[in-house]
Amino acid sequence: MALIEAKNLSKSYGAIRAVNNVSFSVDRGEVIGFLGPNGAGKSTTMKLLTGHLRAESGCAIVAGFDVSDQPVEAKRHLGYSPEGAPAYGEMTVREFLRFAADLRGLADPAERVRATLELCRLNEVAAQTIETLSKGYRMRVGFAQAVIHDPAVLILDEPTDGLDPNQKFEVRRILKDMAARKAVIVSTHILEEVGELCTRVIVIAQGEIRCDESRERFLQRGEDLNQVFRQLTA
Amino acid sequence: MSSPSENPAPKSAGLSAFGAILRREFAGYFRTPLAYVFLAVFNAFAVSLAFFVGNMYEAGVASLDRFFLYHPWLWAFLAPAAGARLWAEERRQGTIELLLTWPVTVWQAALGKFLAAWLFLACALLMTLPVAFTVGWLGDPDWGVILAGYAGSLLCAGACLGVAAVASALTRSQVIAFVTGFLACFILVLVGYGVFDELFAGMLPSGMVDEIRRLGLWRNLEPFTLGLFDLRPAVYFVTVAFSGLGLSTIIIERR
Repeated sequence: MALIEAKNLSKSYGAIRAVNNVSFSVDRGEVIGFLGPNGAGKSTTMKLLTGHLRAESGCAIVAGFDVSDQPVEAKRHLGYSPEGAPAYGEMTVREFLRFAADLRGLADPAERVRATLELCRLNEVAAQTIETLSKGYRMRVGFAQAVIHDPAVLILDEPTDGLDPNQKFEVRRILKDMAARKAVIVSTHILEEVGELCTRVIVIAQGEIRCDESRERFLQRGEDLNQVFRQLTA
Repeated sequence: MSSPSENPAPKSAGLSAFGAILRREFAGYFRTPLAYVFLAVFNAFAVSLAFFVGNMYEAGVASLDRFFLYHPWLWAFLAPAAGARLWAEERRQGTIELLLTWPVTVWQAALGKFLAAWLFLACALLMTLPVAFTVGWLGDPDWGVILAGYAGSLLCAGACLGVAAVASALTRSQVIAFVTGFLACFILVLVGYGVFDELFAGMLPSGMVDEIRRLGLWRNLEPFTLGLFDLRPAVYFVTVAFSGLGLSTIIIERR
């Protein structure tokens, strides 16, 4: 069963067609690299899948629940980190994760917070307020709230944006560890991440899917991925 | 860790989401010095307006009606100050995208936020209790009337907060939310004093002008402070409060 299904999703901002008739599905164990230039419709597609925006036409199904008909059910199985990993800056990392755990009504929230701090290596900053953290830690906090309930579906909008190479490696490591049990979509600008992280690649440009294929086939398109990217999104 | 697909959350999850938001929002007021500034300002003005402007002491009457007289003004200013952050801050920080992709309905989130803010205003009001005790020490007031006055003031605060919630839902700036919320509440105060009567008199039948006056905050608070039991002012305050709450929810849902 596909854990994520996008069926003919469309969304406009005024006269601009941000997402145009986008369809794909993601099974358990798949990690989708969601590529495309800025303004291509990556974030909008993710917002439609997570129920933050309402699609004009088409539907999004998460873990078998239609996001607009049964939003709370769908969101229970969804972990989402929006672009820039927003969080309540005045809370400490521990308070914030505890809030996320309580809001989701998790059994034994204290244990989930402990395990998530451990998993995302946030222990040393657990008592700091989020606004005082460096970008690397802040991105990890965004990631942590997305996985605290061990969701079946994980949608991450540029989770490695602005991280140094070590931090990127760390995020990829955590993702790889859990990917086999989940359906994951990761948007990124970094083409190298495709080879290291993803099992499948979807390229989107001007609101339309330009390519949707396995990592192997994508990597066969050419030596120079930047060149491939330019051709696909032109 | 096992997949939550096989372990669905408990059935009371809606309630836990509401409770978590209520607790977070209420505690949020005390995370910054703003809360203490707010409480101090509210108390300073509540007491000094009553004694220095209302001449409560010189009047020599053991009652709090001169104290409550200024509460519509106070709430018109301070409820929007406390309510400005409700949604504007979520928008500015981008956390609204987080909150609304967590398993919580918009109205649960809106109600949790609203009640937390109302509870905070209630704390400010409770801190004025020494005024009541002073009156009790100096004279022999009717405690039922004083209790009714406090209840009325709290309802009045809720009405102003309803207006503030709408203002906050419309913008990502707390300053704009505060100013527009304050202006709207200010108009509700002035309406009761007939400030706009001449303006309306040219446009509306005179009966209507009187009815509009009834929409003023003080008009509805006054019966409480006199110990007159009347359901209409209570219904008025609750209606304004929950219309504001409902409207802010719709605005956020349609974002």
